[in-house]
Amino acid sequence: MADTLQFELVAPERLIFSGDVEMVVVPGAEGDFGVLPGHSLLLSTLRPGVIEIYENEKPKDRYVVAEGFAEVTGERCTVLSTEAFEAGAIDRAQADARLEQAQLRLRDAEGDEEREKFEREVELAELLAANAG
Amino acid sequence: MASLKDLRVRINSVRQTQKITSAMKLVAASKLRRAQEAAEAARPFSERMERMVGSLAEIMGEREEAPAMLRGTGKDDTHLFVVATADRGLCGGFNSSITRATRARLKELNEQGKTTKIICVGRKGREQLRREFGGMIVDHTDGIGRSGGPSFEEADAIGRGLTQRFEAGEFDTCTVVYNRFKTVMSQIVTFQQLIPFSPPAQAEAEGGDDSGAIYDFEPDEEMILSDLLPRNLSIQIFRSLLENAASEQGARMTAMDSATRNAGEMIDKLTLNYNRTRQAQITKELIEIISGAEAL
Repeated sequence: MADTLQFELVAPERLIFSGDVEMVVVPGAEGDFGVLPGHSLLLSTLRPGVIEIYENEKPKDRYVVAEGFAEVTGERCTVLSTEAFEAGAIDRAQADARLEQAQLRLRDAEGDEEREKFEREVELAELLAANAG
Repeated sequence: MASLKDLRVRINSVRQTQKITSAMKLVAASKLRRAQEAAEAARPFSERMERMVGSLAEIMGEREEAPAMLRGTGKDDTHLFVVATADRGLCGGFNSSITRATRARLKELNEQGKTTKIICVGRKGREQLRREFGGMIVDHTDGIGRSGGPSFEEADAIGRGLTQRFEAGEFDTCTVVYNRFKTVMSQIVTFQQLIPFSPPAQAEAEGGDDSGAIYDFEPDEEMILSDLLPRNLSIQIFRSLLENAASEQGARMTAMDSATRNAGEMIDKLTLNYNRTRQAQITKELIEIISGAEAL
């Protein structure tokens, strides 16, 4: 069995990461899961969270992602997310502004559906602010 | 016969027009490159999305509880068309070829007694369809990609709108009409069915290695699918908007190129005419002088 798997992180506008990795941790909707080569077939939805790419058993790259989907097969793991940011490249000021706006909109939100939508937005913005360089 | 002054004025005005058209051609060429890059960069996402939906559709396709967005509502009475055109003209037959094809399809469906509805994306398409099918236009969006190419948020807004309408039972099938970018010279009007989902043909051929594989699902198939399908809708719209943007610039470039060439031909013709007239005038003056001298 190969000791790496092909990992791809894709946003609507472009392919963000594509390469062979040893392990990757993905924030699934029902909890984070690690993917190693030879993982069983899995389709999962994602919650806003952090994807960690491991090398030599240590986290190497981190990406903040919004909601999306992950498809895992034995030899590859594909993550589709509406938004994805490399942790080191997030602009602090932008992230803070976004968090502030998201919180404002959450406060004014009406109805469960809308509130849920902005709660996720706040969650993402908090993550962005926490991981800003 | 036009006087020399008239000809001079005309030549100058054609020359001005030529300057404008050649500038527009250059602008279109540089925008085209950007639009093409954007379309290419977005391809991986939609391909993988299609693969995911495809493999889910394979599993869920036959089951009773499959969502209507995947299987259809079981009727095909009301057809919704999302007609994507440009906001601006001066791009050859780009807008009218889309509206012409749409018009033909609408008439065909109407003759079969089906109801049709239209959502217009882009100003030009709405202008051209409004006269004949004004009553069918249920919604329209203008100004897509004004800030340098369509963004996913814009497509997502349209996609969400569609999902809402579908859930409200406003239509049975949904098709997006756009110009597929083949080359700079040729764009192909394409009807792509979004609802019910039709798996892409090549996925069936290539997907041989995965088929029959049993996936684990988190949370479960239905949840994922009900999340995935609206998302897929948005992404397909996004892709057609990007293709459309590239096609628009391609069409404009070609149109402006031939306009520039035509202006050049016209200038040549007018210049020739101008020189002949000038010659004729000189000859006439000479004759007058000579005959005047002879009379003495």
